[in-house]
Amino acid sequence: MHDKTLTELKAGLQAKDFSARELTEHFLDRIEARDGELNSFITVTREQALRQADAADQAIAAGDHRLLTGLPIAHKDIFCTEGVRTSCGSRMLDNFVAPYTATVVENMAREGAIMLGKTNMDEFAMGSSNETSFYGPVRNPWDTERVPGGSSGGAAACLAARLAPGATGTDTGGSIRQPAALNGVTGLKPTYGRVSRWGMIAFASSLDQAGPLGLSAADCALMLQAMAGHDAKDSTCLNEPVDDYLGGLDQSLDGLRIGVPEEFFPDNLDGAIADNAREALRELEKQGAKLIKVSLPSIKLSVPAYYVIAPAEASSNLSRFDGVRFGYRCDDPKDLEDLYKRSRSEGFGAEVKRRILVGTYALSAGYYDAYYKRAQKVRRLIRDDFARAFKDVDVLMGPTSPETAFKLGAKADDPVNMYMADVFTIAVNLAGLPALSMPSGFIDGLPAGTQVIGNYFQEGRVLNVAHRYQLATDWHLRIPGAFQ
Amino acid sequence: MSSSLFNGWEVVIGLEVHVQLATRSKIFSGASTATGDEPNRHASLIDLGMPGTLPVVNKEAIRNAVRFGLAINAEIGRRSVFERKNYFYPDLPKGYQTTQLAEPIVGAGEVVIRLEDGTEKSVRIHHAHLEEDAGKSLHEGFHGHTGIDLNRAGTPLIEIVSEPDMGNAEEAVAFARQLHAIVTSLGICDGDMSQGNMRFDVNISVRRPGEPLGTRTETKNLNSFRFMEKAIKLEVERQIDVLEDGGKIVQETRLYNGDTNTARSMRTKEDANDYRYFPCPDLLPVLVSEEDIDALRAEMPELPDARKARFMDAYQLSDYDAALLAASIATARYFETAADHGGDAKLAANWVMGDLAAKLNAEDLDIAHCPVPAEHLGQLIQRIKDGTISSKIAKQVFEACWAGDGSPDQIIESQGLKQMSDSGELEKIIDRIIADSPAQVEDYRGADEAKRKKKIGFFVGQVMKATQGKANPQQVNQLLQEKLTP
Repeated sequence: MHDKTLTELKAGLQAKDFSARELTEHFLDRIEARDGELNSFITVTREQALRQADAADQAIAAGDHRLLTGLPIAHKDIFCTEGVRTSCGSRMLDNFVAPYTATVVENMAREGAIMLGKTNMDEFAMGSSNETSFYGPVRNPWDTERVPGGSSGGAAACLAARLAPGATGTDTGGSIRQPAALNGVTGLKPTYGRVSRWGMIAFASSLDQAGPLGLSAADCALMLQAMAGHDAKDSTCLNEPVDDYLGGLDQSLDGLRIGVPEEFFPDNLDGAIADNAREALRELEKQGAKLIKVSLPSIKLSVPAYYVIAPAEASSNLSRFDGVRFGYRCDDPKDLEDLYKRSRSEGFGAEVKRRILVGTYALSAGYYDAYYKRAQKVRRLIRDDFARAFKDVDVLMGPTSPETAFKLGAKADDPVNMYMADVFTIAVNLAGLPALSMPSGFIDGLPAGTQVIGNYFQEGRVLNVAHRYQLATDWHLRIPGAFQ
Repeated sequence: MSSSLFNGWEVVIGLEVHVQLATRSKIFSGASTATGDEPNRHASLIDLGMPGTLPVVNKEAIRNAVRFGLAINAEIGRRSVFERKNYFYPDLPKGYQTTQLAEPIVGAGEVVIRLEDGTEKSVRIHHAHLEEDAGKSLHEGFHGHTGIDLNRAGTPLIEIVSEPDMGNAEEAVAFARQLHAIVTSLGICDGDMSQGNMRFDVNISVRRPGEPLGTRTETKNLNSFRFMEKAIKLEVERQIDVLEDGGKIVQETRLYNGDTNTARSMRTKEDANDYRYFPCPDLLPVLVSEEDIDALRAEMPELPDARKARFMDAYQLSDYDAALLAASIATARYFETAADHGGDAKLAANWVMGDLAAKLNAEDLDIAHCPVPAEHLGQLIQRIKDGTISSKIAKQVFEACWAGDGSPDQIIESQGLKQMSDSGELEKIIDRIIADSPAQVEDYRGADEAKRKKKIGFFVGQVMKATQGKANPQQVNQLLQEKLTP
């Protein structure tokens, strides 16, 4: 069963080839047997999952088929789940049992989804390798000496290893797309405001967006259909109608205008990565798409702008973790100052502290204009660049990541090098656009991904392009040898 | 800027006023703003700053701020932006206060104040912005620990910042009273200073005329207008003393203690946080349209100045009486109810400003908490007018009303205070007194017209004593004159 896509499993459940309980038990058993090698889950919720599976079987027996009825999903441990520890990959929240459930989780549960557990992630979603997790690094199922990317590394790795058929993630600077690329799975970051952020622990509020990771674009469409929609509890969640993502998947690509930004193929880009993306473009060209050279001159500033804005927001968002009301509290604080200092020093890991310091600095009196304000100007320039490009093209494409999965520890002491892992994904978050990464082949046995960027609320278009590509290729169906 | 000098020093005063908006729910959560309940009963997930929670702005709070802006003829921010003011404090759950800074909802405006000598003065408002209140730290009853009550956390406030346009305590208090009158008339705040629902922080500096502004201090914890006046005088004296002794004023926040009429330094500028303000990414800019403003303008309640004009016109009150009664919505409502029930506005005005005000003052009560309902005062006035009781007895009835003995009619009935209108009974009493006082009768009859007027007082007193004050004084006078005249 685990080699099937979510879409196939859905058909199997409807045809009563197997029950939701059998399906859920199968994945729970696989997690139990194999996740020791990957560390992709922080918490497995077996009993709750089986209860949900039984409820799904009853629903199916009663003819109540919803979008995700009986389908097991792994949620990133950034989403609050009532009664279940929600750690955000941090010692700070190791003891935090959320008193409420995130809208994303609730929306999917309402459509019948079953939660298998909570996946590992970089601490507070800050990282591109999943090495900053308090629960230890996640390993890449294609080569367990390598990282799965991050921050949704657990989600992407458990999918690639077929320990779960669908997963949720969040993407602030590439945290869905980069791990999707490095694990050979499909991941979509929706338009900012498409999916509610209620219950999703904030890293950088103006950039964070939840989205699905799946084995195919069709699976992502299925999950997004359930996740997306207006939520009165999130002021930044937009009240736009949700398109029929599944219905639009098969559209022909004849005449599709694909913009190819020259900035996504810089001179210093690894030739194998560039060739891989160009190969994917050629496949779409075969299907009738037209390639158009475009330029997004400001996106070269996206990494520095991002590393001002994201830490600035994070420094404020993470102030609530002060040892007073929830989460980690140091032993025997001498006084209030000591309580704050030690709870935060002991509760947060090194990368989180680095970003809090950077963000605090960027917002400080005398530096605000030079850093935060200027970064916001760059952000506007980037948005303008994209807006200009989308006058002439339907989607933009290029490599998702400048490299395939690197070795564990390879960049641990070089944060700036680590930050460059998101060079192609970050601009999309700064502009708030939807973008997807799809598997587009292998380089030295490691997956490579190609990114499809759409205009605002054009998730349907992006999914359509990826789906058509996946009809003609089978990269997305390859399973790591050890996890067949 | 200043209207008077103190020993050659010019005083410059500006106010920062926190007004707690009387919305049912908090500014960014659906939790109730009710007070007086057990700690943290009204602390929702959002108020607790739970991970993953997000604010949604309360539209009524926005409308209240716009109403205030319209009342002071201010520019309304068509686009205002919430920002985060970052600092750590145990009763600040998120580690930042959501407030407004660069783009507030209410821009520059003006408040006209009336001074005791009858002159008017305009105080400019720099701006007013919306923000959330913090919780409370409870230091008692936790055995060396501090308790946190987040019931108040997230209660909507507007902070009104004046220009430094006031030159003495009287002006500052007049300004504070006028703001109080405006927000209570608008119904956006209950104005209860003792509960901190309206809080005044006073910025004070002194300088020699013509010199640049001196270093200012901020005085907090002024929970009545009386304390505010005293605190300003105290601080002005202190600053002048320091400067005249060759010292320097330190920029600091001072905490006033009304019980001892002293103030102490709470923190100096050196302790000031770098608040690292930046626009809150969880909230969209607040947009107020022309139509929104027109709709709010159309339903604006009567403001103190308009009310004063109406009182002068409708009740024929003097400028002074009308201004006093119109200043606070609670007083105005009380007066109008009493006047309407009593059928005599002048009498109602005298009672409200006289006996009632004195009693409230003596017991340090707000008119909103007055134990005598306005309807009862109206009834009392009616009974004075229809001759049921005399003014003197009325005071006795009022005391009984205050003590909770019932309505004036009940009290008059149960205590037998009804004026004696049966002239037959009264005549008997008068006859007896005349018979019992031959010497005084002789004396009276021997006196001339002018002296008689004085001497009749003895008989009136005797009659009132005998009737326990229930006789109608005019009737007594008339009967006595008839019977004493030979």
